[in-house]
Amino acid sequence: MSDDQPRRAPRPGGARRSASGGQALSGWLFITPVIVILGVFLVIPIAMAAWVSVSDWNGRGNPFGGAAGFVGVDNYAAILSDPGLQRQDFGTALRNNVYYVMLVVPLQTIVSLTLAVLVNRRILQARGFFRTAFYFPSVTSTVAITSLFLFLFTASGAVNRLLATIGVDGPNWTQDARGVLHILLAGLGVDSAPVALQGSPLLGVSWWNWLAGPSLAMSVFIIMAIFTTSGTFMLLFIAALQNIGGEVEEAGVMDGASGWQRFRLITVPMLRPTLFTVITLGLIGTWQVFDQIYTAGEAGGPSKTTLTPAFLSYQTSFTGNRWGQGAAIAFVLFAIIVAMTAVQRWVLRERDTVPRRKRFVLSDGTLAADAQGGR
Amino acid sequence: MAATTTHRAGQGSRLGTAVTMAVLVLLAVVYIYPFVVQVLTSFKGNADAVANPLGMPLVWTVDAYQRLFGSSDYPLWFRNSVVVTLAVTAGRVFFNSLAGYALARLRFPGRGLVFSCLVAVMAVPGVVLLIPKFLVINTLGIYNTFAGLILPLLVDAAGVFIMKNYFESIPASVEEAARIDGAGPFRVFWSVVLPMARPALITITILSFQGSWNELSHFIVAASDRDLFNLTRGVASLTSGALGSSADYPLKMGAAALMTIPVAILFFVFQKRIMGTSDGAVKG
Repeated sequence: MSDDQPRRAPRPGGARRSASGGQALSGWLFITPVIVILGVFLVIPIAMAAWVSVSDWNGRGNPFGGAAGFVGVDNYAAILSDPGLQRQDFGTALRNNVYYVMLVVPLQTIVSLTLAVLVNRRILQARGFFRTAFYFPSVTSTVAITSLFLFLFTASGAVNRLLATIGVDGPNWTQDARGVLHILLAGLGVDSAPVALQGSPLLGVSWWNWLAGPSLAMSVFIIMAIFTTSGTFMLLFIAALQNIGGEVEEAGVMDGASGWQRFRLITVPMLRPTLFTVITLGLIGTWQVFDQIYTAGEAGGPSKTTLTPAFLSYQTSFTGNRWGQGAAIAFVLFAIIVAMTAVQRWVLRERDTVPRRKRFVLSDGTLAADAQGGR
Repeated sequence: MAATTTHRAGQGSRLGTAVTMAVLVLLAVVYIYPFVVQVLTSFKGNADAVANPLGMPLVWTVDAYQRLFGSSDYPLWFRNSVVVTLAVTAGRVFFNSLAGYALARLRFPGRGLVFSCLVAVMAVPGVVLLIPKFLVINTLGIYNTFAGLILPLLVDAAGVFIMKNYFESIPASVEEAARIDGAGPFRVFWSVVLPMARPALITITILSFQGSWNELSHFIVAASDRDLFNLTRGVASLTSGALGSSADYPLKMGAAALMTIPVAILFFVFQKRIMGTSDGAVKG
């Protein structure tokens, strides 16, 4: 295990002082490029955006040289409290993304854990092949996968052909704005908003529309997210499973536990740190839906049901020229991500810590975060 | 008695293995078949692609690829992607390992602070930075330049951590010897420690290459000039229907398949290394 102790052999005073002086200088020299680039392209921009989010800059001129005026919290009010299209769009984007998070995070966790458990069977042949197959979608770009999925889910595309073979008449997925829950309710005979749900108390979106569920178009992106991220998370779970090792499992067998009992009572609790990592990364990643919406080129369509806060922020600034509002959306999104992670940390807080393993998983987690965010 | 137990367990697990195998094969088909469809469609004519999305091409044709290279900017996008990816990868490998080494081994005032700042920076979600990044790129006057595409991606905090962790696992005694022989810090880093960090360097290379090759959002806010489009940007414009490509599926699938090849090659070459994060990691 690493420690932060200085690794120096004791040396006579004079040489030692000059050596640590040299270390201080070269230490700073070595780290300067990273500090400068992250500072200039990450820290300073956040400060600049904070100013823009309370200004009325319209994209012309220099917002830091008099081309923008201070408007206080107007931009935040426009998306959070003032009745109007902007608030409604933000509410719609939030709704879409909430369903995306609620479905993708649990499903990708379950799918990747299942894949890991299946692939990790010691007696299994061709483990390498299966791991490769499941991981491959993770290395490809979101743009290429989006292009592919939009084709697979066209009205007469591959998916509907397959559905047709079992007698199901598939919808025109990517153009269908109907919410999944609305479709289910329609099946029960409820096809318009009951009076109780006609009010629109929250961000200008009615209860009925909050409860629409993800649209069929959004469902395509949900399936795609599970398809592309499950491989990465599978690798994390495999690493953790191999850490547990066979001994614990054997002890369970000796005690007469069935396969499912062993999985639920032994494996899952021991996977807790990894589950924590996967869910955290999932929560952070699923709030950042941008590339696929941009690539689809429908500006969040059909009927804004694939609009997400990240895309709305971009669109508001770059095509709507309301830069202040776009920046405000970005900060609200940031706050949501921080809050979600905090809540999840609290819910899944550890009662018994296993520092060694946690550290190992964390260093792997950064790999996954990088692969997923593509940064 | 013991023999029967073993026997029964063996039988049960054999059945279990067969079921597992069947499930895995089915899942593997689900994961692989979309890519098969992608490649097959790229060799179809347009009508064939729409009428027959699942099967083999009725007539094999490279028409889509000819149009991709003949009448679209695909070669230009490809070149731009190569330039940006190589520059970003080289920069990240060098700067991340310099910084990782400093954090792991060199004692300098403010090291703890720098470390905490890096942790904080890693926590900032990428899409939140789209507008901020545009603002700074625009202010610096590098909008619509290669500098704007490359510079902001040139280091990444996660990579610094990977290098730092690895350097900490190398015994310090090796450096001590070189240092006593009078080698300066850069010399020690460059000729002694860095060659020993090969596995971590390969990891950084893979992540940087894949990350910058697949990057989209940064390039959207860093440039609007069509001459600076890279593959993700260009293929996204094809996918969303630019150049009358909205129903030209062979063209789109060909473009997507081709852009996947470089990362696929990287993946298959370093497969052991990527998957190896699990194998033999902490075993024993």
